[in-house]
Amino acid sequence: MRFMMLVIPKGYEKAAPGTAPEAESVAAMMKYNESLQKAGVLLAVDGLHPPSMGVRVSFPGGKPKVTDGPFTEAKEVLGGYWMIQVKSKEEAIEWAKRCPGSENEVIEVRQVQEMSDFPADVQKAAAGFAEMQQQSGQRRRPLP
Amino acid sequence: MTATDTHRAVDAIFRIESAKLIAGLTRMVRDVGLAEDLAQDALVAALETWPKSGVPDNPAAWLMATAKHRAIDRLRRSKLLERKHEELGRDLEARQNADASDLDAAIDDDVGDDLLRLVFTACHPILTPEARVALTLRLLGGLTAEEIARAFLVPESTVAQRIVRAKRTLAEARVPFEVPRGAELAARLSSVLEVIYLIFNEGYSATAGDDWMRPALCGDALRLGRILAELASSEPEVHGLVALMEIQSSRAAARVDASGAPVLLLDQDRGRWDQLLIGRGLAALERAEKLSGVLGPYGLQAAIAACHARSRTGAETDWKRIAALYEVLARLAPSPVVELNRAVAVSMAFGPAAGLEIVDALTSEPTLGAYHLLPSVRGDLLAKLRRLKEARVEFERAAALTRNGREREMLLDRAAACARGSELPEPR
Repeated sequence: MRFMMLVIPKGYEKAAPGTAPEAESVAAMMKYNESLQKAGVLLAVDGLHPPSMGVRVSFPGGKPKVTDGPFTEAKEVLGGYWMIQVKSKEEAIEWAKRCPGSENEVIEVRQVQEMSDFPADVQKAAAGFAEMQQQSGQRRRPLP
Repeated sequence: MTATDTHRAVDAIFRIESAKLIAGLTRMVRDVGLAEDLAQDALVAALETWPKSGVPDNPAAWLMATAKHRAIDRLRRSKLLERKHEELGRDLEARQNADASDLDAAIDDDVGDDLLRLVFTACHPILTPEARVALTLRLLGGLTAEEIARAFLVPESTVAQRIVRAKRTLAEARVPFEVPRGAELAARLSSVLEVIYLIFNEGYSATAGDDWMRPALCGDALRLGRILAELASSEPEVHGLVALMEIQSSRAAARVDASGAPVLLLDQDRGRWDQLLIGRGLAALERAEKLSGVLGPYGLQAAIAACHARSRTGAETDWKRIAALYEVLARLAPSPVVELNRAVAVSMAFGPAAGLEIVDALTSEPTLGAYHLLPSVRGDLLAKLRRLKEARVEFERAAALTRNGREREMLLDRAAACARGSELPEPR
């Protein structure tokens, strides 16, 4: 099963555009990424620019509306994620515990839904989605 | 945390740590069997202690220290290997004296080497292929004998015996705990890759039973392959094998329909191919290409799989390139099975008659006598040439030969279609 480990850094909702993590914490994270890779469980990992460089698209009345970041109302925002492949939720939790996090970070561990988790009617409705992903030529960049 | 939660946490930690633990212990005691027993002792100790004391901050170090103490106890009791005992004591003392960060660094540095030694030991050619598979899944995959037995549909006692015998064989032959060098390395590495691919294939197209696939086994093989790609990162064929497994795995969801029946490559809904795995597979293939210049057998098979992965529809498939890659593969690693695959590619590139010519040359091949895919492919080509009577006979022969229930149904459907005067069965 696949899990996302979602990093929620405190205060990232207010971070200035271009904010980058410190070299020291990057080095610790790289070591952690390496341990995931060496254990054969890492599928993908990415960090995200602060929300002040992003936008939110909402749908008031069903119409799309674009709001520039930062999003003052947001209490928590994502800073990045790992996607891992493990055999149990406990294993995912164990990996999350090994992250060299500081007081400032929370990692949310969430299982990735597989098509087989859905009832038949949902599977049917979703059948076209995967094809769309393929046609958009979505490719993940190779791992660091 | 309840006791059950702690037990689950211990299981998860042990799954992550057991291979490293066994590898490190084997280096010390020079006996895989004893090392595994010690690791199990440490696991039992954790199951007894942690529910009361809580999970330690560094569970890996705790398990290793506990296992080493047990090792010393055992050696003392048996009064054997006096010299080893002293070495062990010194090693332990030195490590206890070192501060915690040094200890972590020392473990990290040694672990990769030890793991690689363990891989080569578990896949040693002195063992039968079945024993290599069982031992690799046990020692490196962290599977129990029961899990291995379930995956291969054999009794648990058979697997347990295989593992016991394999460990005894290694001990009696005094197989050194090392990474082979020089000329020996290539042959030994190919044994390792073969074991991993055997595990993968048993999961990908089960040779027996009612399920077309056993995905958990594919996952185990892929994890082993990914680990090996980090341990032996300069070996192009390791990346070739990983690329092949990643790309083949990407099709898992599309290879069975809702009723569990197999769906052949060209009939698959490519929208259900896993693009994350395809991307990883293509990246691994690129790594293999950069390292070698000339691809080996696994790299070539991955390159063929990549041709399919890159085609958005079956009709877009570059069959000429695939046929050419099979030709290189047939020269590099000639086998009747490769030749049969080449026949399929040639038939797609240059028409069924050209493919049939190659297949017909294989019908007298003794090693393919019981191989269901030979009559299955021949039936398919004959059906395309509208030689339906002959095609039906071939499909029925293939159905009688396959040991997979799902595949048998599909072949009988095709035979029935030929009898009705149609090339293809009606969709279910």
